[in-house]
Amino acid sequence: MSVLVDDDTRVVVQGITGGEGKFHAKQMMEYGTNVVAGAVPGKGGQEVEGVPVYDTVHEAVEAENADTSVIFVPPAFAGDAIFESLDADLDLAVAITEGIPTQDMARVNKRLSETDTRLIGPNCPGLITPGEAKLGILPGNIFAEGNVGLVSRSGTLTYQVVDNLTNRGIGQTTAIGIGGDPIIGTNFIDALELFENDDETDAIVMCGEIGGEDEEEAAAYIDENVDTPVAGFIAGRTAPPGKRMGHAGAIVSGSGTGTAESKISALNDAGVPVGDTPEEVADHIEEFLN
Amino acid sequence: MAMKLHEYQAKQVFADAGIPTPASELASDVDGAVAAAEEIGYPVAIKAQVQVGGRGKAGGIKLVEDTDEAREAADEILGMDLKGYHVDRVLVEEAVDFTDELYVGITMDRGEGKPVAMVSTKGGVNIEEVAEEDPDAIAREHIDPSFGMHPYQARKAVYDAGVDQAVARDVSNVLMTLYDLWESRDGSDAEINPLMVTSDDEVIAADAVMNIDEDALFRQPELAEMEEEAAGGDELEQKADEYDFDYVRLEGNTGIIGNGAGLVMTTLDLVDHYGGEPANFLDVGGGAKADRIANALDMVFSDDNVDSVVFNIFGGITRGDEVARGINEALEQFDEIPKPVVVRLAGTNWEEGMEILNEDLVTVEQTLEEAVQRAVEYAEEVNE
Repeated sequence: MSVLVDDDTRVVVQGITGGEGKFHAKQMMEYGTNVVAGAVPGKGGQEVEGVPVYDTVHEAVEAENADTSVIFVPPAFAGDAIFESLDADLDLAVAITEGIPTQDMARVNKRLSETDTRLIGPNCPGLITPGEAKLGILPGNIFAEGNVGLVSRSGTLTYQVVDNLTNRGIGQTTAIGIGGDPIIGTNFIDALELFENDDETDAIVMCGEIGGEDEEEAAAYIDENVDTPVAGFIAGRTAPPGKRMGHAGAIVSGSGTGTAESKISALNDAGVPVGDTPEEVADHIEEFLN
Repeated sequence: MAMKLHEYQAKQVFADAGIPTPASELASDVDGAVAAAEEIGYPVAIKAQVQVGGRGKAGGIKLVEDTDEAREAADEILGMDLKGYHVDRVLVEEAVDFTDELYVGITMDRGEGKPVAMVSTKGGVNIEEVAEEDPDAIAREHIDPSFGMHPYQARKAVYDAGVDQAVARDVSNVLMTLYDLWESRDGSDAEINPLMVTSDDEVIAADAVMNIDEDALFRQPELAEMEEEAAGGDELEQKADEYDFDYVRLEGNTGIIGNGAGLVMTTLDLVDHYGGEPANFLDVGGGAKADRIANALDMVFSDDNVDSVVFNIFGGITRGDEVARGINEALEQFDEIPKPVVVRLAGTNWEEGMEILNEDLVTVEQTLEEAVQRAVEYAEEVNE
């Protein structure tokens, strides 16, 4: 078992004719992902890496039964691309694009609340079920099949923590990068709920960072609803207030909200150990599994 | 990230939209400031145009009554160093005789994923302090971005805040206009603090904050032009802008370069964990090619505080061979390497990278933890 993506997932890649879209569509297919279509306005009828391209997502759904979209559309048009995937009634949309205007995401967020489609991202690496399929840009070779679920706001930090796990022979059910923007589709609580309900996930890693209050809310949720053991990591302990650390969402505000201390203590209060280093996170997971 | 407009720029944007603002003029020398003051008529406020909070307390805003005072104040403020920012322009502004100071603002509530309008009768002070000490003093109204702000929502926020009946309609109108501006100009924050109420019940924006979502500047060409004017910050931060890096300068002496915000933050945290002090946050982003890697090293070498550098790359879309080429390129131009560099490569094409990397020029470590410890040691050795 796994969550959200497996080898039955039928993927349409929005923006498949662009540099990134083309490269990663190929990488996804090489990993075993069932990429059934591309969608790019004006490019209908073409083929990319043997995959038929349609002008609209709706056509891709009708002709190829796509149920999931991965979005590699430039930021100025990505909000519109997400609306299109929501309107096509897909199960899942994964927005890789970085730099989407926040007001566009506020409108998407409103529309999301009216549909059954789940959105991952934007500004995220995507998600992977090792040995089955990946949606996005994660490097497949560092993952291994196993029983740990992982959810993270940061891409390369995910790779780092996965590497620490895989090197010890600890594999993953599914790893989800939820993205570093202020407004995202799937948050920690959504991902934790999925892993809690997955029979094969025996332990969960949650990698957060400074900014916002999602980690604090997730801690409260874990306390009430999650029996699967969770280990945490919080990036940004040394970040000064008022300075954005790369991600649009990663900022400790002037009034002191969003600090690493507040997140770590909330997680500890919920019984979640937080590693000082990625290696310590792997130590905690190893203990849970033994 | 938000691009911050200067007060005079934001006031212009607000005034163009019909929000009442005091008469004012921008000046860049003392004579110009005095002439502006004479024209507007005393008393006037002389206000430093720099992007820092608490200008008044730091001596960057002065109220003057006559020509001599105006000359003295302009002379003092122009050229002063205000919290690290050089003041080269002042706004000379009509002093408003007020009876009340209100706060109105629009921002994005990230927890809700919706814009929120805020109104308070406790204007004129730091609103974040009000939010902490007396949260009920701020009326909040969430707005559905697909409809925009309904007029009743503006009225509701104004009445909930306890704004005086005599000016309630005018304040509501200002709030509606402010939301329209926030929305149409891709604001991240739009704020008037204080919105002054005069003795004849007029409202007037005595300060103006307008921060623009940088990711939306492509569709705000007029505001993007203002960015050149608003540019400031220290030399290194300007250099980072030129190179297009996410860069934050810190106080320590261990330089840090990496890919991906979360991993770079983690590297900073580990430097601290192992007893060192991070000198900076520098994210080269995804898919960096050799020249960008070389620029990153140049950037960190330019910081005199830096005594050692840790280069940590976990490749997803970034490739180890490109990184290694960039490091070689940057270091081979020196007869002597200016500061010791510790490199850790993992992920995509790391083996190819290790073959390319000139190990005479750098120290290689296999894990993040080892690389950070080594760089911290090097930085300590320099200071022994």
